[in-house]
Amino acid sequence: MNPLDGNALAGDLRELFAVDVTVARYTCAGCGHADAVATLLLWGHGMGQVARCPHCSDVVLRMVHAPDRVFLDLRGSVRLELPLAGS
Amino acid sequence: MAIISRGFGGRRRESVDGLPPGQYLTHDFPVLSAGPTPRIPLDRWHFTITTETGQKTEWNWTEFLALKSEDVTTDIHCVTKWSKLGTTWRGVSLDTLLEDVDTAADYTMVHSFGGYTTNVPLEDLLDSKAWIAYKFDGEDLEPEHGGPARMIVPHLYFWKSAKWVNGLTLMNEDEPGFWEAAGYHMYGDPWLEQRYQGD
Repeated sequence: MNPLDGNALAGDLRELFAVDVTVARYTCAGCGHADAVATLLLWGHGMGQVARCPHCSDVVLRMVHAPDRVFLDLRGSVRLELPLAGS
Repeated sequence: MAIISRGFGGRRRESVDGLPPGQYLTHDFPVLSAGPTPRIPLDRWHFTITTETGQKTEWNWTEFLALKSEDVTTDIHCVTKWSKLGTTWRGVSLDTLLEDVDTAADYTMVHSFGGYTTNVPLEDLLDSKAWIAYKFDGEDLEPEHGGPARMIVPHLYFWKSAKWVNGLTLMNEDEPGFWEAAGYHMYGDPWLEQRYQGD
């Protein structure tokens, strides 16, 4: 089973945020690697979306869809840096 | 012969004995992964039980296979709504592994090669309720299904049956594992549909 890249998160994240989070820059809590969310390795089968750092393979982001809720776990990301429109 | 037909029942899930609510029967064995499949050479395999005081008991592959093993036939239920009935496994009971472990803890965290974790109360691993399985359907357990060895806790949703298992930590307090921290239920009883937190 091979992972997709973080671009495949775009639809699910757009349900939650007013901006396209796949262009945001994450910093991995495991190794400090920083790059666009779109470059994460996405294991999107089964129980939820698991996005791993392509540098150290630690989990940066997890998203679980329940019928009435979405859980977004970002403990593997030190921060997300989002460009503002017009800047 | 009945005069009035009861009608075609189709494949209604309630018509299949042994299916918990909301589950569908499958004859396949779907593979769900949250990361790359670890390939663990048998000479590097180990399983370690760590008590709440830090005492460790460890088995290598040869020592593990020398333990008394059992054949188990059981139904399994995945939280993604598939169930598979009458699966056959061979493995070592957690009763055997925990027999000489001195603990007063009530909770455990199961650990796997690759970093996966899941929490299970200790009493759910005892009294012939859980095994570390190394054969499925008479064959060595394939890496995609958790080989060389995986936990089997079939009375709970199958995410509690950790693939590629390598350890068990005994804990005084319950703590969430990999999926529990991301919104799934702390216990996961399929008969109560305990899928997500708050269910």
